[in-house]
Amino acid sequence: MSELDPKDELVTHLPALRAFALSLTRNRATADDMMQDAVLKAWTNMDKFQPGTNMRAWLFTILRNNFYSSRRKLNREVADVDNAFSDTLSVKPDHDGRLQMMDFKVAFEQLADEHREALILVGASGFSYDDAAEMCGVATGTMKSRVNRARAKLTTILQLNDDEVLELTDSATMAVVGSPNLPS
Amino acid sequence: MARTEDPKQDKIDRYIDQNLKKVFSDLEGDDMPTEIIDLLLVLRAQDEELKTEK
Repeated sequence: MSELDPKDELVTHLPALRAFALSLTRNRATADDMMQDAVLKAWTNMDKFQPGTNMRAWLFTILRNNFYSSRRKLNREVADVDNAFSDTLSVKPDHDGRLQMMDFKVAFEQLADEHREALILVGASGFSYDDAAEMCGVATGTMKSRVNRARAKLTTILQLNDDEVLELTDSATMAVVGSPNLPS
Repeated sequence: MARTEDPKQDKIDRYIDQNLKKVFSDLEGDDMPTEIIDLLLVLRAQDEELKTEK
């Protein structure tokens, strides 16, 4: 259990919360608005947080609920996207690995919101299927299905089923993703 | 990650997850927007004020 004051612990999760907001909204301004709302809500409702439980999951849940709730209110069918996600890393494609990372990010942005969210929660953030399902208010089977569909869609877009493509992509990209500070 | 019996599918899944982790890790390294830092300062100041009042 963390011995940090919950409000100090909250601050340690902000970089991940912003990454989640950017991946969900794909728009910097919207992501930052969502962040502010989520931080304010979490801070003022800290007494409702159960010490010893997963604060990151709690914060992600607040943010995603805000996101879907405000999107419903605005009745927006088409997201206001500024490619915040795919613009973030690459300044200029300077080698194969970086080019392929851009391809990956562009492909990732083409996924439906719920599929992108599922992959970020399970694939990138390391939440279990059960935790991710609880955060999204769906059954564990639904979460598994979303993750599988998202992977299948990426596989199609990036043509990963083609052996040669996967071999090429693998060797070039592993040089990028194999950085020592990358969480395993 | 749930592993399948298909080594090729496992390889694809691993590739996707490793890329996702890299992308997410890069996003985490972004500078925190000034609005958030300012908001935290205001919230902390309010907390201090409440403590003093008590």
